[in-house]
Amino acid sequence: MSSSTSGGIKPKHQRLVLLVIALVALVGAGLLAAYALSNQASYFYVPSDLVKDRPEEGRAIRLGGMVEKGSLKTRADGVTIDFVVGDGKARVPVRYTGITPDLFVEGSGVVAEGRMEGETFVADNLLAKHDEKYVPRQMGDMTAAQAKEVVAETK
Amino acid sequence: MSEPAPKRPGLAIWLPLILFGAFFALVIWGLVRPADREVASAFIGKPLPSFALEAAVEDRPGLATADFKAGKPKLLNVFASWCVPCAIESPQLAALAKQGVEIDGVAIRDRREDVARFLATNGNPFARIGKDDLSQVQLAIGSSGVPETFVIDGKGVIRYQHIGEIREEDMSLILEKLKEAES
Amino acid sequence: MIAEIGLAVLWMAAALALLQLFAGISALRPGGKVLAGVVRPLAVMQGALVAVSFLALIDLFLETDLSVKLVAANSHSMKPFIFKLAGTWGNHEGSMLLWVTIMAVSGGIVALVEKRLREDTLIATLAGQAFVSLGFYAFLLLSSNPFERLPEPAPDGMGLNPLLQDIGLAFHPPTLYVGYVGLSVAFSFAIGALVTRDVGPAFARAMRPWVLGAWIFLTIGITAGSYWAYYTLGWGGWWFWDPVENASLMPWLAATALLHSVSVLASRNALRAWTVMLGVIAFSMSMVGTFLVRSGILTSVHAFAVDPERGSFILALLAIYIGGALALFGIRASTVTEGERFSPVSREASLVFNNVMLCGILGIVLLGTLYPLLTEAFGAKVSVGPPYFNPVSAIFAIPMMMVMTVGPLLRWRKDNPGRITATVAVPALLAALALLAVVVFAPGIRLLPMLGIAVGIALAVASWFPLRGRNLRRTPINVWGMVISHFGIAVALLGAASESAFSTERLAAMNVGDVQSVGPIELKLLSIEPVAGPNWTALEATVSASYKGGEPVTLHPQARTFSSPPGERTESALHTRWNGQLYAVLGNEGEDGRWQMRFWWKPFVPLLWLGGLLVAFGGLLALLGRVAKDIKRLRVFDKLAYRKSRLEQLK
Repeated sequence: MSSSTSGGIKPKHQRLVLLVIALVALVGAGLLAAYALSNQASYFYVPSDLVKDRPEEGRAIRLGGMVEKGSLKTRADGVTIDFVVGDGKARVPVRYTGITPDLFVEGSGVVAEGRMEGETFVADNLLAKHDEKYVPRQMGDMTAAQAKEVVAETK
Repeated sequence: MSEPAPKRPGLAIWLPLILFGAFFALVIWGLVRPADREVASAFIGKPLPSFALEAAVEDRPGLATADFKAGKPKLLNVFASWCVPCAIESPQLAALAKQGVEIDGVAIRDRREDVARFLATNGNPFARIGKDDLSQVQLAIGSSGVPETFVIDGKGVIRYQHIGEIREEDMSLILEKLKEAES
Repeated sequence: MIAEIGLAVLWMAAALALLQLFAGISALRPGGKVLAGVVRPLAVMQGALVAVSFLALIDLFLETDLSVKLVAANSHSMKPFIFKLAGTWGNHEGSMLLWVTIMAVSGGIVALVEKRLREDTLIATLAGQAFVSLGFYAFLLLSSNPFERLPEPAPDGMGLNPLLQDIGLAFHPPTLYVGYVGLSVAFSFAIGALVTRDVGPAFARAMRPWVLGAWIFLTIGITAGSYWAYYTLGWGGWWFWDPVENASLMPWLAATALLHSVSVLASRNALRAWTVMLGVIAFSMSMVGTFLVRSGILTSVHAFAVDPERGSFILALLAIYIGGALALFGIRASTVTEGERFSPVSREASLVFNNVMLCGILGIVLLGTLYPLLTEAFGAKVSVGPPYFNPVSAIFAIPMMMVMTVGPLLRWRKDNPGRITATVAVPALLAALALLAVVVFAPGIRLLPMLGIAVGIALAVASWFPLRGRNLRRTPINVWGMVISHFGIAVALLGAASESAFSTERLAAMNVGDVQSVGPIELKLLSIEPVAGPNWTALEATVSASYKGGEPVTLHPQARTFSSPPGERTESALHTRWNGQLYAVLGNEGEDGRWQMRFWWKPFVPLLWLGGLLVAFGGLLALLGRVAKDIKRLRVFDKLAYRKSRLEQLK
């Protein structure tokens, strides 16, 4: 063992300086995080919120609701789909390019991550909200009341 | 502890504990919040919608709203033969039936022979079983999946909704809710 | 019978842990010396008993004993052997038993081999370890007994979640667990040292191998988890800042900080209170992570059995242990005497910088993870993703990595910056050149990957400088460890930056026979056929891929359907070349009969995980180096003690 003697000069402030540096850095991190969070966190909307209080164009948000029956259309490229998400009060057209999740079907709940572009919500990612353990896939014909309920659940 | 005498106030030393306290408060709040996550609550305290379902199996009658107005609390179990967790809760349902609880079932999107086979393997605790091929009743009573179990009081009012299978640890809760529904 | 033995042995172990706690406490009181001798044997026995209990559970799973509830609920007689084995810990009860097992066995090992530490500190440590494991024993025995029997044996098991039926994932959680629980040992050492006010180099040396070991496992676990998410989710990404991922990252960040501060304490006797604090924080993060994952308080893309009630149990344990430890820290920290001092230009100072930056990132990740919960308290539903985490953590990570190029070259205590300017100029120049090259040859790259490439190249070169002027054969193995770990960080950073800057993607609906291209690769869909596995069926695409017109290779992405229990999963196909990876996913069939296919060409992306493994390998070398040194030192001590006792006898 080389340094068992802990003697020597013990300046009072080194500890204090270290502590202050650490605190400043952490408080800085906190402020930075708070600032970034207020700008970057993506808020959750249901269609009626979206219509009432439209978020600025291009801001990342999430949209939750029911995929309206009969609204799902695939474009000619075979990978871009258009559908309408509704919550019983309002409807929002959604465009998505990509492979849909297994549990994504008309009439079921969905959470789409993306942004508004004009009147259309452009989704980067779809999360099907459907517990495969409990609900059979073919269960498609839900009522508007049920739709609202799933919306409540998908939050 | 023996020597509290700190040389200087050193408030910073307590900062981690304070932060941890804030974290703790936040998650406690998060844990007690689940009430608003349940889809169910909206239907509790509401009367059952009116329905009349035909029988799902031959040896049990069908199910209608009027069956729940006999003055005694009952359980309404929403199940399906294709549902794995429904098989898991069958011992608990059997135990409840043994204790004299009347359980009525609604088979969701099922075929007669499948229901019969399901009941033959897992036992049949039901007094009546209705067949709900379009999930109409299921949706009308605010159930979004199977299995779910509702406590219905003697006047046909929904008093409690249990989402998912009834596990052994849920038994006392169900019995308690049944007792509450008596009053 | 085996289940009963397992349960009985588990109860006995819990009783021993209780004894260990009380013996430890009374041994630390004046006049309690009598009991001091029993603490170590108790810890060893407790570890052995729990190990027996865990082996019993493994045996039940391998036999598929369907009269045991846990087996019936999580296994299936048809399941392949390796997944039966993995089924042991692929569920809540089994994983908690694994947790307790690792905890008790590590306690036993500490009791068996730790001889450097003051005896009273060691006893306090073991008592602390017993106290922590008691909570988990209570959790297991009272609310999640893994050995519970069914009234009647089940006809067959329920299977295992198909998402979890994956060889990588089978060994991923236990790897992380070893890491989490390894940090509990560091936590107990910190508590022990606080109780006896024995925070010094001996404490740091005793704690270091445990921190290193836990850190190695966490590194491997995170690397493997990232790779798993990469190929199994089929989204082409490798890190999603998902709560479950953050739950494993946060302990790693804390452990990395602890690792560095422990070496300052061990070699320079500085940063005493800070190291103790980090010891507490590191284990807190393990428990916070476990809590967040298990309670389901935050939703995640990773499938996980979730139960708020279990969550509250873990939260209660968290409150007792972490709240208690932080309170103890508050009371005792001011009595921890000041360590050695150092100048702002010194290796200590660079390590302090590293620690502060790591803690900054930790804070940012924790805040971002909890933020959705926080805003929900005020009625707004938000989610926080890469747009927050990436830039904000980079603000701390990039300066930290810049200091990493310099720190290991500095001398302890005080250094003259002029001494190393010439050396540091080389990587600085390289970074500048790389930056220039990227700007000229690949304009339009975003800022973060650009900085990542520049800093990564500088660090990849500079990480080898500590070996300069050394005789490579005589260089201690732990120095090699540090060099390789730092190099690994640079490699991983380069992989990540390259993935983010240069990936190309192609999404298309294809008929059989259609040709598409992604980056330098030409692809042809040859066929789509059904295939069957042991408990799944799948549609399998055969795709031939040719790199710049060269010899084609075939890939087989699948869409699998599992039978017991039912579920679906995409199985992406990967083709790895020295300079990148092709990633192929089979999607759904369209109404017109075309198949959705998604391809990515990701240049140098394997460096990411290679880097992670290098980091872990460096850690392993460091651990071996430290342990070898410790053994040597112990031998010398033994000899000295022997001579001393001989001398006394002669007197």
